[in-house]
Amino acid sequence: MQTKRTIFPNKLLPYLLLAPQLAVTLIFFIWPAVQAVKSSFEREDPFGFKTTFIWFDNYKRLFADPTYLNSVGKTAVFAVSVTLLAMSVSLLLAVSVNRVLRTNRLYTTLLVWPYAVAPVVVGILWWFMFNPSIGIAPYLLRGLGINWNHRIDGSHAMLLVIIAASWKQISYNFLFFVAGLQSVPQSLTEAAAIDGAGPFKRFWTIVFPLLSPTTFFLLIVNINYAMFDTFGIIDATTSGGPAQATNILVYKVYADGFLGLNIGSSAAQSVVLMLIVIALTAIQFRYIERRVQY
Amino acid sequence: MFKNVLFLSAGLAAVLSAAPVAAQTEIAWWHAMDAELGKKLEEIANGFNASQTEFKVIPTYKGSYPETLTAAIAAFRANEQPAIVQVFEVGTGTMMAAKGAVYPVYQLMADNGEPWDPSGFLAPVTGYYSDTDGNILSMPFNSSTPIMYYNKDVFEKAGLDRETAPKTWAEVEEFSKKIVESGAAPCGFTTGWVSWIQLENLSAIHDQPYGTLENGFGGLGTEFTFNGEVQTKHWENLKKWADEGLFEYGGPVGGADAPPKFYSQECAIYMNSSASRAGVINNAKDFEVGFAPLPYYDDVTTDPKNSIIGGATLWALNGKDPEVYKGVAQFFTYLSSPEIQAGWHQFTGYLPVTNAAYELGKEQGYYEANPGSDVAINQITRGTPTANSKGVRFGNLTQIRTVVDEEFEALLAGSKSAKEALDAAVERGNQILRDFEAANS
Repeated sequence: MQTKRTIFPNKLLPYLLLAPQLAVTLIFFIWPAVQAVKSSFEREDPFGFKTTFIWFDNYKRLFADPTYLNSVGKTAVFAVSVTLLAMSVSLLLAVSVNRVLRTNRLYTTLLVWPYAVAPVVVGILWWFMFNPSIGIAPYLLRGLGINWNHRIDGSHAMLLVIIAASWKQISYNFLFFVAGLQSVPQSLTEAAAIDGAGPFKRFWTIVFPLLSPTTFFLLIVNINYAMFDTFGIIDATTSGGPAQATNILVYKVYADGFLGLNIGSSAAQSVVLMLIVIALTAIQFRYIERRVQY
Repeated sequence: MFKNVLFLSAGLAAVLSAAPVAAQTEIAWWHAMDAELGKKLEEIANGFNASQTEFKVIPTYKGSYPETLTAAIAAFRANEQPAIVQVFEVGTGTMMAAKGAVYPVYQLMADNGEPWDPSGFLAPVTGYYSDTDGNILSMPFNSSTPIMYYNKDVFEKAGLDRETAPKTWAEVEEFSKKIVESGAAPCGFTTGWVSWIQLENLSAIHDQPYGTLENGFGGLGTEFTFNGEVQTKHWENLKKWADEGLFEYGGPVGGADAPPKFYSQECAIYMNSSASRAGVINNAKDFEVGFAPLPYYDDVTTDPKNSIIGGATLWALNGKDPEVYKGVAQFFTYLSSPEIQAGWHQFTGYLPVTNAAYELGKEQGYYEANPGSDVAINQITRGTPTANSKGVRFGNLTQIRTVVDEEFEALLAGSKSAKEALDAAVERGNQILRDFEAANS
């Protein structure tokens, strides 16, 4: 591959131009990250008077802690479910909108709205609808013979946060899928239609494979979203309960660090999360940049 | 830089306006009182500000109790702490261990020449907030204890006597059954603060140890013992009553769903802090409320002990100018004056933390005019406190309470028996205690 090279005679200017961005990165990303790594090797009282360096004790304890392993499991269930639900529903919506010729702008606009809602507000909305005492959903479900109580039933709680988190992410996925669908050449589908392929077959053998770069990109973004961006939703709907049934890793960092004031363990957990983000980013760059193609 | 510019311009503005008022020393007070209680608290601060010209107390609402504590700790680490912070009783162990951060109130008052008489406070209050040498470290302000509220109208509808509250847990069960079966209400009882009321107070009332070393008062090496027979039996009952529809769970920590269940007349009996009184009276528009002490098991004890303290105290934090502490000391004196304390107590349902405030209320005839308003104080001062009933003192109690809530939820969900849930809570709790011991010794 040929690359264009521009040579700057001035050695200082490029660094000066980069400086503001570098400063922001250093102050708001690198420095806190270094602090987190440092804290993860220490045991400290909440006020920071006494700090003991304890090597890997925080990590050892973490991986021997059943509640942490439980949290890993819950995170996996949550992330996979949110990703699958949010992506499949948004793909369905995108395909439907793509077929509507005249009013697809209107549908697109309406479907994007939830994305503008802050996570905490999403949490409160669903909390309100599903509140066991005052919500409308448990009232209707009771009519169907289902006794909804996410205060006690862990699987109800998990279901609730999955629905709430997916609902918010569907808009985002939808936009990308619509854009992706529009870039699928009409000639290909038309050719397939002439060859006698029905709409379903056309979708699975032509459109879906051609969408794969978008799908793969969204897959990574959605996993990232479910794992790291859903704090507000969890906090407002279930606070990680009942009995840690929805205590995903990000929420546990907060609960242990801010509510429990156990800074060392909380820092170790955030370092583990950081490693997961790095891994996901690496996958994204390695495969997305190369493009998934057939 | 920017800050300096701000200060400069502020200073300039002050000079230009040339107000004849002497510069007031500002005292930041972070608190966790919202709604009715928050308004009353601001009234108190305003009262103090109006009573003198030297100092100005600025109250700031910082969210829930845990949020306020966390905010204060984070601020302390950044050297931006308020002079006064309200910390709930659960945070007492954490604050006491943070010796460098705290300006003990007995010392603060002595240093600034303010009158200070520990014996003026209610005995259970003094006991709860004193260090091992008997010195009070934080200013008692809003102390509460859990009591029982009940819906008199629903009681009558169910064919019960509207003036008779259940005394024992057997009666709670019996009354609840009548209420549910008669259709007077869909649920018998609910509770806020499961960990505080249905475990800590339950243990105290039945004279059962909550932890070793006098419930943690004797040192950081304490271990939990709340998986005893009485507690296990009680949790078994709660599970059974939940399954029978007599009891409804109000959620973890304070139990945010519990008050609406009582206000909407879904549950006829409601156990919560005496400080819920203001909210209950405000919200119980369509029915009459009765007040009663917490129930007990008459097959365990015929002589229920005192209940224990909840609520919060005010801690002075280190790192401010002497001038500020002078103001803090004066404010504390103002705060504990009988008029202010009695006013706060009568409005909110918190305990009168000084004997003088209680006496004043009696003189005013407040307790006769408001039946049930003395339930809390009678309950917390009854009998002689034992080592098991004088309170609990554990580090990281916020986390431990979360553990208790989680295990209670596991019990309700049917994934653990009462014994298993309590054993697990003890084991996980002990782990947290060891962490705290390691970080603070």
